[in-house]
Amino acid sequence: MENSQGDIGRRQFLKVSAAIAGGLLVGIHMTGCDKRADVSTKKGKDQTPTFAANAWIRIGRDDSVTVSLHHSEMGQGVMTALPMLVAEELEVDWSQVRTEFAPAAPVYKNPTYKVQMTAGSTSVKTSWEDLRQAGAVTRELLIAAAAQTWGVPSSECRAVKGTVVHHSSGRRLRYGELVDRAAQIPMPKDVPLKKPSEFKIIGKRMPRLDTSIKVDGSAVFGIDIQMPGLLVATVVHPPVFGTKAVSFDASRAKALPGVHHVIAIDRGIAVVAGTFWQAKKGAEALQVKWERGDNEDLNNEIIRTRWTDLAHKEGDAVCNDGDTKEALEKAAKALRAVYEVPYEAHATPEPMNCTAHVHKDGCDIWVPTQNQDAAQETAAKIAGFDLEAVHIHTTLLGGGFGRRIEADYVAEAVQISKAIQAPVKVIWTREEDIQHDFYRPATYNVLQAGLDKDGWPTAWTHRIVGPAIMTRIIPQFVPSMVPPWIPMPLKDLSAWLAGVFVPRFKTDEQATAGAITMPYAIQNVRVEYIKDDPGIPTGFWRSIGHSQNAFVVESFIDEIAAATGKDPFALRHELLQKAPRLRAVLELAAQKAGWGKPKSREVHCGIAVHDYHGTAVAQVAEVSVDLKGRIKVHRVVCAVDCGIVVNPKIVEAQMESAIVFGLTATLKSAVTIRKGRVEQSNFHDFPLLRMDEMPKVEVHIVPSTSPPGGIGETGVPPIAPAVANAVFAATGKRVRKLPIQPDDLR
Amino acid sequence: MLTLHVNGTIHKLEVDPSTPLLWVLREQLGLTGTKFCCGIGECGACTVHMDGKPILSCITPVGDVSGKEITTVEGLKGPLADALRHAWVEEDVPQCGYCQPGQIMSAASLLSSNPHPSDVDIDIAMSGILCRCGTYQGIRRAIHRAARGK
Repeated sequence: MENSQGDIGRRQFLKVSAAIAGGLLVGIHMTGCDKRADVSTKKGKDQTPTFAANAWIRIGRDDSVTVSLHHSEMGQGVMTALPMLVAEELEVDWSQVRTEFAPAAPVYKNPTYKVQMTAGSTSVKTSWEDLRQAGAVTRELLIAAAAQTWGVPSSECRAVKGTVVHHSSGRRLRYGELVDRAAQIPMPKDVPLKKPSEFKIIGKRMPRLDTSIKVDGSAVFGIDIQMPGLLVATVVHPPVFGTKAVSFDASRAKALPGVHHVIAIDRGIAVVAGTFWQAKKGAEALQVKWERGDNEDLNNEIIRTRWTDLAHKEGDAVCNDGDTKEALEKAAKALRAVYEVPYEAHATPEPMNCTAHVHKDGCDIWVPTQNQDAAQETAAKIAGFDLEAVHIHTTLLGGGFGRRIEADYVAEAVQISKAIQAPVKVIWTREEDIQHDFYRPATYNVLQAGLDKDGWPTAWTHRIVGPAIMTRIIPQFVPSMVPPWIPMPLKDLSAWLAGVFVPRFKTDEQATAGAITMPYAIQNVRVEYIKDDPGIPTGFWRSIGHSQNAFVVESFIDEIAAATGKDPFALRHELLQKAPRLRAVLELAAQKAGWGKPKSREVHCGIAVHDYHGTAVAQVAEVSVDLKGRIKVHRVVCAVDCGIVVNPKIVEAQMESAIVFGLTATLKSAVTIRKGRVEQSNFHDFPLLRMDEMPKVEVHIVPSTSPPGGIGETGVPPIAPAVANAVFAATGKRVRKLPIQPDDLR
Repeated sequence: MLTLHVNGTIHKLEVDPSTPLLWVLREQLGLTGTKFCCGIGECGACTVHMDGKPILSCITPVGDVSGKEITTVEGLKGPLADALRHAWVEEDVPQCGYCQPGQIMSAASLLSSNPHPSDVDIDIAMSGILCRCGTYQGIRRAIHRAARGK
């Protein structure tokens, strides 16, 4: 699914402009049918409406090199990794490199999704060719400019640290001195890229470009946007999912100092004030009568009963290899187990926020978003402007984890700004954030395995019951996915049609992700999916369906090992005979963890391995469980094969990050439903892993020459099963439900 | 009229004294380095110093700190602050970076009272500052590095 090669083949580079802002701008020219105007043509240059050309690299007369980032920085390191790709080929000193966030424009669409979006751990792998090529053609252009200046052949010149040098004469010109001439020269074609052995930047532990601003407090997140006349709003949402306000009395709120407006918007009631605190006090003073709604009595027990009932029936097979029925009948031994995974909140550190200014010429949006297209489409629709009049200014993101793929908070800011005709910053409280998320779906899973007389699995069935994220997401994404020249009414129609037909799909790519790609050599495999949505909003959560299914699959395979007296590592190793990359990370993690060698009396090991879109990760967790059932994770040894590594420091950090994120969901927090609403509201009842609970994490990277894979999410899936399997090793108690409850282990 | 000493500057402010210090810093003084995250004193992202000691600005009414010396991440100065920032950069600690001002303010307070903390000391001092990105190992390394570097 993540293959950008098709797009790369169609991309050629061209100079967008001779001297935008006193420099040289190099863009990608796509020979597709993309007719939407782009940022550079709006600057009055290169009026070729049949092409979308856009800036990737800007070189200033002052020698500055600015790389436009078409992906959002939420901690995963794109602000460093993407410029590294450019700098490698451009031959510039790392200290020269600057970044800026790109606007919303068709050329920046993520080739994986056809939406300008940072998701699915795809940023580096989809930019790997494009950005290196952008660097390479720019370098050759500058070399040609220098050669022309000196009247020598280009072949006698080379690029060195932001300059072009003429070998024999030793003459040297800085890039900044070459930009005006370079702008007059045709773009070179077919510039070969460096071989990995020639890399000077890629693969090195280059310092992150966003560290210093995040250390001195000057980093600007969405919530930090300030401007004259800016009002601040907070929104109160209906507590029960799927309901609205019947009526509200704003008189007490409006009487409070600083409160300017109280307005009903689509998703709730907004209080607009001079400051956030005034808005919050206003929100607390609101008297709202909410609808009762169909979900008023919904709770976890009802959902569980419903799914238990549904799971009795056969579901639609999304994967059906061999004949599991027959294999189960013939099996020498059969195992059956039920696994349950809860709803999870994203709990990004920076609460949801967006600043919108709807004015007579258009709309400006400052937003920490993972999805520029959704922000732009949403704002355009509400404000009544063409896409070109909606300017998306992406800020740093204080965490994303998939929550910021949504544009609900953008819609709110635009509605409010439009209504009050002033710039407004919407900030949610943490309580609204936890209670009005798009949650990682809960699922109910029934598994069966058939084993032969030697204890090897011959049959595997996995029945998944739970909500389908894509039912809501696909119709929402369709307007960004269709060609940009399609007029708005047709886009709306396509979204409407998707809204009618997608809910009828019986499958959901995300619900079954990580379950249908069975890596183990088992002859008969059947995975079924039964779609059922109790009415709790669901969305993308770091590693999506893999986060549930890896827990289920990797725990159940451990059950097979335990039931047949096989070592959990050895069983996996044997069954991964056709999955060499998974086998290699499994071996590496086991070796580095000293698998099989006794630890202390209390400490026990669990292992898990998983593939997330081509990145293989194995983890060994060392765990102890005390008499009260309390779990301590002492150490996690992680092995990862993500292809060519752009920056090992970032890979290590992302593995640590994923392990911490996953441990919170494994050990500490879940979202539960009572009376149609989320029971949790803040970090006292949705606690996150703390420093004193942090295990020692060791990351080992498998050297590779394959193109880069993803990294941001890929460490999440194996941690829950690695810990659960270690808990089994320590206590003999099998964990089949998350988060792990100490009471169940006593 | 309320008098507030922040980062060495005296401010006279018209403000409801029950307003949390966090929002006065962010919205009235434009010091946005201090972050809003939970609003109930559970996560520590809003940590600033009052007379050199860490406080949670999201639950501290501004009226309670009138006349006290408040230091935010923007105003953290001196050899210890330099060593900390240097260590944080050398270790490339931040990921999303949102909690880092709170982490650094907490670490500064730890090192000023305990120049060579053990891992346990770090756990005790730093466990109140949540990091969803999981930069805890980096923070631990950076604190040790800053302790060595002073």
